[in-house]
Amino acid sequence: MELNSKTPTGPIETRWDRHRFSLKLVNPANKRKHTVIVVGTGLAGGSAAATLAELGYNIKCFCFQDSPRRAHSIAAQGGINAAKNYHNDGDSVYRLFYDTVKGGDFRSRESNVYRLAQISVNIIDQCVAQGVPFAREYSGYLDNRSFGGAQVSRTFYARGQTGQQLLLGAYQALERQTAAGRVQMFPRTEMLDLIVIDGQARGIVTRNLVTGAVESHIADAVVLGTGGYGNVYYLSTNAKGSNATAIWRAHKRGALFANPCYTQIHPTCIPVSGDYQSKLTLMSESLRNDGRVWVPVKKGDHRAPSTIPENERDYYLERRYPSFGNLVPRDVASRNSKAVCDEGRGVGETGLAVYLDFRDAIERLGAHVIKERYGNLFDMYERITGENPYTVPMRIYPAIHYTMGGLWVDYNLMSTIPGLYVIGEGNFSDHGANRLGASALMQGLADGYFVLPNTIGDYLASHRFDAVEAGHPAVREAESQVARVTRRLLDAKGSRSVDSFHRELGKLMWDYCGMSRTAGGLQEALSKIPGLRDRFWSEVKVLGNGEELNQSLEKAGRVADFFELAELICIDALHRNESCGGHFREEYQTPDGEAAREDNACSYVAAWEYRGAGVAPELHQEPLYFEYVHPSQRSYK
Amino acid sequence: MRLILHIWRQRNAAETGRMVRYEAPDVNPDMSFLEMLDVLNEGLIAKGEDPVAFDHDCREGICGMCGFMINGVAHGPLRGATICQLHMRHFRDGQELYLEPWRARAFPVIRDLVVNRSAFDRLIAAGGFISVSTGSAPDGNAILVPKESADRAMDAAACIGCGACVAMCPNASASLFLGAKIAHLGLLPQGQPERAGRVQKMVRQSLQERFGSCTNIGECEAVCPKEIKLEVIARMHRDFLKAAWSGHSAD
Repeated sequence: MELNSKTPTGPIETRWDRHRFSLKLVNPANKRKHTVIVVGTGLAGGSAAATLAELGYNIKCFCFQDSPRRAHSIAAQGGINAAKNYHNDGDSVYRLFYDTVKGGDFRSRESNVYRLAQISVNIIDQCVAQGVPFAREYSGYLDNRSFGGAQVSRTFYARGQTGQQLLLGAYQALERQTAAGRVQMFPRTEMLDLIVIDGQARGIVTRNLVTGAVESHIADAVVLGTGGYGNVYYLSTNAKGSNATAIWRAHKRGALFANPCYTQIHPTCIPVSGDYQSKLTLMSESLRNDGRVWVPVKKGDHRAPSTIPENERDYYLERRYPSFGNLVPRDVASRNSKAVCDEGRGVGETGLAVYLDFRDAIERLGAHVIKERYGNLFDMYERITGENPYTVPMRIYPAIHYTMGGLWVDYNLMSTIPGLYVIGEGNFSDHGANRLGASALMQGLADGYFVLPNTIGDYLASHRFDAVEAGHPAVREAESQVARVTRRLLDAKGSRSVDSFHRELGKLMWDYCGMSRTAGGLQEALSKIPGLRDRFWSEVKVLGNGEELNQSLEKAGRVADFFELAELICIDALHRNESCGGHFREEYQTPDGEAAREDNACSYVAAWEYRGAGVAPELHQEPLYFEYVHPSQRSYK
Repeated sequence: MRLILHIWRQRNAAETGRMVRYEAPDVNPDMSFLEMLDVLNEGLIAKGEDPVAFDHDCREGICGMCGFMINGVAHGPLRGATICQLHMRHFRDGQELYLEPWRARAFPVIRDLVVNRSAFDRLIAAGGFISVSTGSAPDGNAILVPKESADRAMDAAACIGCGACVAMCPNASASLFLGAKIAHLGLLPQGQPERAGRVQKMVRQSLQERFGSCTNIGECEAVCPKEIKLEVIARMHRDFLKAAWSGHSAD
């Protein structure tokens, strides 16, 4: 298969403009004759569905939650980047582009990233007009902050709830179109398969989560905005319902899966407290501005933190990275936490935590300043752990947070199945091997508001769409495939719950394909996953039936897909013989323990083709070219 | 610690439900309430009994998916928190807890503790937005918003749409939810052109959905996990009267 990224050439500043001009347009009178399916209602899916409806297309929109307002974009705390340069501090579209390519450790497409940086400014305008209550200066102008180690202030925010406010903006735009009759909304409905007819994506098979009814929906194009797959690891900062089923089943129908091993681990999460733990909660990265990270010098030191004298504390980030200190990027901070815990110097009951200590900041600035800056975060920490971080240092540990990999898409955001588009975290596009803070919201909204609504018209205008009868063999086949999986899960009648299998898979992935990876460990994981997956299918216990609200059945279907995806993640991690961004292979590091890229051998996108159950996937490579930002070693010493 | 749970079990909207008694013998005080239910469900599955259905998603208090009554209080005893942020250390060993779904005519029960809150979406669809299509916005700084207005708009916009306000209100009124959206948009300059029509359309929709009316009881404010203030309801009433007196019609 030839991967054609359709990336424009010529001066990067005008690529998107020239490309847009080259796209065919759909006559306004014909738009309502095209039905487009949008799956997922987060920032990407919600904004795309609303915008396509505004353009006049007929939209069918699906989400598994009870309302489109609940998608997990809502949980993003920090902010959204835009190259507005309102602070006159040297920011520009080019600088945001540069930072994002470099932050992605030179594993993204320059053209895509440049477009993202260009569009970032339009996103802020759009969201302000919708009534998103961004933080303001006393003058009434928009406020910005510097975030995630950026040297310019380009992050727009709405308290600690930026994702929520941006999502509600998109949701309200979507509801406006629902009221106008241009969007038909299907909440509590899960996509379980993709319908491909004559090589084109023509619809989806869904299950109504309340009645269990399996239905087919036909359209001229299908858009997936279904998010990332961090829940492969069971414990992550994702919502409990976040899943990979839509993208995975599309993958099995022919969409290539790109860079699955690029997973981002966030360094500041509340650690696991027991076996019952169901998810991990993120504490905003901003805490590292004033908190100091440390562990005891001695192994197995169980004294209370306040009784450990200064010379017996190891402020390891400050020691190893004197210039960035506690503010090193996410991947570096995470790996160092793991390293000190692996040495046996971790704290707390489990030994899998490090201290984030505000004692010195409180002495220097006073508790009231710290309260002003982080009061809500301190309250949240205390609510969850029962400890007061003003007097006892916080305990933190890294957790899976975001996945940079996803379905492969071209510059138009179309997958390798014509008519199937993938937007937001579900695609692999803009973040390379590592995503910078405050960039996920930017990408989701860029895709949904501004990129896809332009590019999808070209496809719709240049293809014919024959009517598809309900009894079409491809529709029947997809429906019976869904029914078969459901029946198999219900008929297994084993002895173990879905969650117990999911936990076991997650533990395996975290141990062997988490913060740092080795060829041996990945081979070990690859030898264990198939056996565990077989046990899942024979021993899983799903009660009830398929014709009712059955939350165990929903979970079981998602976990079945995680088992297959987990294997692909390990295959990809094993094949990528380098360390880059969120993928750290212990064999590939500099003498002082930093990630070492192999630009000569590995500067490509790894796109995997599904070849059937039990058959090794086939690798396709899309080479990456860097004409503007030249690959260099990241250094934070 | 050990807890006695009485949980509302109802197979679907058509069947009648009943309270069923369960014991949670081994509760860790550091668990969240939903994790306690996860453990209970694992035990039920092991025994071959249907697990208790409850809505949840982000488990960090922002998606608004979770929520039910604990001993008659929406989201339970901890103020300013959703059930997913409520930990078991707030309960006593041996305590008896009664878990029931949101009760309101506009929120029919789907199963056990799961209710249908789609009426909230229809309230927003009736007018809870600013009509701006993608691409037509001016520069963000072309619209100045006084900091105080932005802050107060944000206070109201923090609503997560969980439905606790409706569940706790003896009238099953959606006024706190409506008022929050009307205040959020009405406090901003962008929201002015549609302000009069918005309040009329949303209030009319709320009557159609068979939510009750507000009689200033204040239970909604007491249980709101985002601590939305009652003043948003006063604001909504003021906007409604103003729109009516000025002869503005919702259509």
